[in-house]
Amino acid sequence: MNSISRRRFMKISAATISLAAAGCALKSGTSSLGTKEKRKGIQKIPTYCDICFWKCGAIAYVKDGELWKIEGNPDDPLSRGRLCPRGTGGIGAHTDPDRLRTPLIRKRDRGEEVWQEVTWDEALGHIADKMQKIKSEYGPEAMALFSHGIGGNFLKHTLNAYGTPNISAPSFAQCRGPRDVGFRLTFGEDVSSPERTDIKNARCLVLIGSHLGENMHNSQVQEFADAIQNNASIIVVDPRFSVAASKAKWYLPIKPGTDLALLLAWMNVIVKENLYDKEYVTKHGFGFDQFAAELLPYSPEWAYTETGIEPDVIRETAREMGRYKPATLVHPGRHVTWYGDDTQRSRAIALLNALLGSWGRKGGFYYPISMDVPAYPYPAYPKPAREKVDNPNQKYPFAHETITTGIREATLTGQPYPVKGWFVYATNLIHALPNEEETIKAIQNLDLLVVVDVIPSEIAGWADVVLPESVYLERHDDLNVEWFRDPFTALRQPVVESPQDQKPNWWIAKELAGKLGLGSYFPWNDVEEYFKHRLTAAGLDYDELKKKGVIRGKKQPNYFEEGVPVEFPTPSGKIEFYSLQLQKAGFDPVPKYTSPEQNPPGSFRLLYGRAPVHSFSRTQSNRILSDMMSENEVWVNSSIAGRLGLQNAQYVTLKNQDEIVSNRVKVKVTERIRPDCVYLVHGFGHTSRGLRHAFRKGASDAQLLTRYNTDPLMGGTGMNNNFVTIEPAEA
Amino acid sequence: MARFVMVIDTSKCVGCMDCVVACKTENKVPEGFNRDWIVQDVIGSYPTLHLEIRSERCNHCDAPPCVYCCPTGASHVHSLGGVVLVEHNVCIGCKACLASCPYDARFIHPDGYADKCTFCIHRVEKGMDPACVSVCPTRCMYFGDVDDPNSVVSKFLASRKYHSLIPEAGTKPQVFFLA
Amino acid sequence: MHELTTTRHNDLVDPVLHIWGWEIPVYLFIGGLVAGIMIISGYFALKGQYKKNVFSSFYLPHISLILLSLGMFSLFLDLEHKLYVWRLYTTFEIASPMSWGAWILILVYPALWLNTLIRIPDRFKNVIPIFDRLSNRINQHPFLIKSIGTLNMLLGTLLGMYTGVLLSSIGARPLWNSAMLWMLFLVSGLSSAAAFVHLITSDRYERQLLAKADNAFLTLELFVIGGFISGLLTSTAVHIEAAHLILTGPFAASFWVFVITAGIIIPLVIQLLAVNNKVKHTPVAPIMVISGGLILRFVIVYAGQFSHYGHQALSK
Ligand SMILES: Nc1nc2c(c(=O)[nH]1)N[C@H]1C(S)=C(S)[C@@H](COP(=O)(O)OP(=O)(O)OC[C@H]3O[C@@H](n4cnc5c(=O)[nH]c(N)nc54)[C@H](O)[C@@H]3O)O[C@H]1N2
Ligand SMILES: Nc1nc2c(c(=O)[nH]1)N[C@H]1C(S)=C(S)[C@@H](COP(=O)(O)OP(=O)(O)OC[C@H]3O[C@@H](n4cnc5c(=O)[nH]c(N)nc54)[C@H](O)[C@@H]3O)O[C@H]1N2
Ligand code: SF4
Ligand code: SF4
Ligand code: SF4
Ligand code: SF4
Ligand code: SF4
Ligand SMILES: [Mo]
Repeated sequence: MNSISRRRFMKISAATISLAAAGCALKSGTSSLGTKEKRKGIQKIPTYCDICFWKCGAIAYVKDGELWKIEGNPDDPLSRGRLCPRGTGGIGAHTDPDRLRTPLIRKRDRGEEVWQEVTWDEALGHIADKMQKIKSEYGPEAMALFSHGIGGNFLKHTLNAYGTPNISAPSFAQCRGPRDVGFRLTFGEDVSSPERTDIKNARCLVLIGSHLGENMHNSQVQEFADAIQNNASIIVVDPRFSVAASKAKWYLPIKPGTDLALLLAWMNVIVKENLYDKEYVTKHGFGFDQFAAELLPYSPEWAYTETGIEPDVIRETAREMGRYKPATLVHPGRHVTWYGDDTQRSRAIALLNALLGSWGRKGGFYYPISMDVPAYPYPAYPKPAREKVDNPNQKYPFAHETITTGIREATLTGQPYPVKGWFVYATNLIHALPNEEETIKAIQNLDLLVVVDVIPSEIAGWADVVLPESVYLERHDDLNVEWFRDPFTALRQPVVESPQDQKPNWWIAKELAGKLGLGSYFPWNDVEEYFKHRLTAAGLDYDELKKKGVIRGKKQPNYFEEGVPVEFPTPSGKIEFYSLQLQKAGFDPVPKYTSPEQNPPGSFRLLYGRAPVHSFSRTQSNRILSDMMSENEVWVNSSIAGRLGLQNAQYVTLKNQDEIVSNRVKVKVTERIRPDCVYLVHGFGHTSRGLRHAFRKGASDAQLLTRYNTDPLMGGTGMNNNFVTIEPAEA
Repeated sequence: MARFVMVIDTSKCVGCMDCVVACKTENKVPEGFNRDWIVQDVIGSYPTLHLEIRSERCNHCDAPPCVYCCPTGASHVHSLGGVVLVEHNVCIGCKACLASCPYDARFIHPDGYADKCTFCIHRVEKGMDPACVSVCPTRCMYFGDVDDPNSVVSKFLASRKYHSLIPEAGTKPQVFFLA
Repeated sequence: MHELTTTRHNDLVDPVLHIWGWEIPVYLFIGGLVAGIMIISGYFALKGQYKKNVFSSFYLPHISLILLSLGMFSLFLDLEHKLYVWRLYTTFEIASPMSWGAWILILVYPALWLNTLIRIPDRFKNVIPIFDRLSNRINQHPFLIKSIGTLNMLLGTLLGMYTGVLLSSIGARPLWNSAMLWMLFLVSGLSSAAAFVHLITSDRYERQLLAKADNAFLTLELFVIGGFISGLLTSTAVHIEAAHLILTGPFAASFWVFVITAGIIIPLVIQLLAVNNKVKHTPVAPIMVISGGLILRFVIVYAGQFSHYGHQALSK
């Protein structure tokens, strides 16, 4: 029997961090695919996708020994048998002509991209020596690991074993951190990933900047289509007429940065007109009266002056939400690090949902569940002598994960203690963190920068040692014991062999641990042994998992009405309409609005987002996906284009308030955006020469995000605070 | 006799291009070429806009000028379902069919022959949906036989408003877009 | 505002159709020219001009054979799958003008060749004895000569029409989608052929006759062009838009300057003066006519590829 327990959602991070490993003698790191000679016919091998962090179950087809295509695994609840375009185009990651092939050690100055090809033994030996030196001179805490995605789990284990607590990913301070904090402060739990949003059952769906359909997180997009089919009433708030907006009954063309005003006005109407879920609020709410009193000044007429949304529209949409409660889902968004007041905005979203009674209810937020697959019983990690470096004196009191930009800050200043080594796994910090210059300056303070990547990314260009990883189709990674509607466990396994001398992360982590004298942390010989151990402990069969790619557990209740116990792990044990925690820490217990900065004359606020066929800065060299979209465009409202004399498809450059000039980029003259802002798809404008086809294609939003406002509650970097002017460029 | 058609629900399509990517991998469509593509059609002025997103491809026309004009018979109507196909090793690459298609659905494959969407006849013959239909994450594409009144496609065409592309060109296109 | 964006990007199709380069206009022009020459030399055969000199019956068809082969080669160059060219002749596709064309061309060769047999010049006598025997045989039966003349005129007409029908049958390109196009290409082929023969013949009578004929053809051509354009302008929006490509759009300069003015009106004026003996015959007018005919094919082929029903391709 599969043992499935309903664990509290908060434990998720603890559970995933504590998978550790140890080991000694290593065999070849290549896959268990066996023979090199090509098999005739078609093989179907299940695995799960890694083009983004959604981890959809997939089935890869290998035809006569060559990778042919990837489809969704119908048994997998995340993909429901269908991948998103990036997943479908994932085979281009294997065939990417620009891939890293062998380990490299830097020969000249940092950033000059002159390398010596070395063996794995030399590269890992070199890294281990440097790491030992850093440990003896500055302590193990002077090493930091940036690691994004499940692939990095084994490396995290090695660095935990080495003794550093400074392990971080941009998914917190540059992505969903403020949202998770805002919801924690309100309900005591995170929204987390995959989001626990019950989109398919929502009868009214409110999207605040959440651009589903361009943001291609698979299950959400599928459920969004279900909602459309079910005739859900959709309300979209976005300064840009997104794809989602085109599906909406109500499109609210909000002035950027004023969403909190709208949210407060909505709540004002909902409370004033008694549209909220009284029973739910009375039963589960804490501090409702104080909260309601705080809302009084925020009338729709007031909000109109801030947001540009007509008071009538605010009232109508508030009533629409009230009409369908509790099956009204106000989506919390995901990448919410916009303006620096993001936690309070996210908290307002949480509060609005609380008023509508949607948390824990069908069509609102469901309760996710996971299988109980115990972590590998590794030896305990050494206890770091010093606190994490990113958040000295709890400067950001509500940060519950490590802040990337906090580590960067410490590396720059040497405070609270010096950081001398960065290990970077699968995160292109040059594109992911705002203010590139700070990142590069911090790198100059390092004694060691190791980058594990699959292609010559910008961050790899700054490295001292570059380690080429096998792409996800060529390797095993950790088990995906997902928190979702239904419990399941999924396996990533190799489908084809690595074309050159690339190795999987588990092998790199284990080998490095051996060289660092931490072999005892990897007691298994190869990763399949590790899987078997964990799966056996969970009562699951590895062979079955290998064959099916996913094993599903029994369906469990997802809503309060289905019997999920009603618990809110907040200090009051209730939904905190009024937050004493915040008050105590010196913040507003109920969110308060302040206006965003105005555009300097003649300039436009730079907004950015996703295109369905690319993931961040990681897919532009994928030949299949770049065939879909090879460069980004800057969206400019047609009236502005007319005024500036810009033609559609003409090349321009963007110059920001700090005189940073972008690479040339095509103009998209469109009605689909407000005149006061422009929009870029993130991830383009690569400056790494090694990315031959992506090099200097389009403009990089990251390069222009020199200014960011830090969220005082949790250290997130609000990045929608940059303004650009547009200049024609040579064709 | 079967008559295959495709019905695409534009109210659900998000223009993600998964259908395009899937076609590329399924049919090994070479780099730089597409058998299907996305059109975003915007009408109005900000913020009162209407956007229709369409996944377009060869319409497997009932009156296919590309077949009529073909001097070699390479372009032909398949015996199954009225699907319009090109026999690669009969085609001389004269491009008359490219010129005759009002939808610009065809292209010259780097190997020299005219190529385009096949309605994935190799899959359909095995009882599967075309690749693009089978991957679409919003499940907004439907494929089937309009001659069968009980097929999903027939039911949609009977119950929903729809349009096809450039009907005035007289080609009788067989890909339908639900509003 | 109506805004269309497409993600399509097929070589030779996007952003606008450009499947046919110089090869096709050259092929169409030469096809038209040969058609005209066939009609003229067929006419001369009927009129017994072969009795006077060997030019129209022997050299003209030979020149035509060479020209036609050049034209065919030009077409061949355009094929993307050249090794399969023989596939044209394993079938006859009744609905396909291109198939008709392929077969007409197959017939044109023997017709031209028969024409050369009507009278073999003395210095080529006894080169290929069997030709001499055939030539004698033909000359024994005057109705055969008449038949050859008629056949050449007929096939010439078909060929000339075909060069236009090839395009006009393509309904997808509004500019070509006009029944006037075959007339235009036929007349233009005739005017070019007349100018061509005028240019190279040494016979005074022929020159005078052809200059006159050419004037007639050029005048007719002006009317046909007028009809072609007004036909488009009174049709649907896409056709009107297509007409504007050559009237006011990107192809207007070539059309008005090279086709209409330099290709028709000026040579017409010069030749009117010449036939009325106001000026001497010079090669200037015929060369202008021939160039105008060639440029006409280029303008029509290129502008036609520019014209379309949808507009989706334009934004990428
Ligand atoms: N300007 C700007 N900054 C942003 C965002 C934005 O929209 N604009 N978005 C923010 C958000 S929401 C997020 S979540 C983050 C995302 O930030 P990141 O996770 O850093 O995303 P990428 O930029 O794609 O960088 C991923 C890197 O991993 C490499 N990689 C890909 N596959 C593998 C693999 O299998 N193994 C290894 N070892 N490496 C691999 C890629 O080549 C690339 O260098 O960025 C944040 N920062
Ligand atoms: N295809 C694809 N899908 C992805 C990813 C990817 O890389 N590629 N990445 C995934 C990840 S990790 C994340 S975090 C998500 C991010 O995706 P989301 O969380 O959905 O969106 P954001 O990137 O935050 O926001 C972009 C949208 O917000 C709008 N916007 C900008 N400023 C404002 C404002 O002030 N107010 C309002 N209301 N709207 C505003 C923009 O116009 C745009 O439509 O996408 C996920 N899905
Ligand atoms: S959402 Fe798309 S890219 Fe992300 S894991 Fe799923 S299929 Fe892969
Ligand atoms: S895959 Fe489906 S949703 Fe995506 S563009 Fe194609 S038809 Fe539209
Ligand atoms: S869409 Fe074009 S290629 Fe397809 S059948 Fe119709 S005319 Fe032929
Ligand atoms: S290109 Fe091929 S298929 Fe098209 S008309 Fe010519 S021979 Fe026929
Ligand atoms: S039916 Fe097949 S060939 Fe046609 S567009 Fe879809 S996937 Fe491509
Ligand atoms: Mo993210």
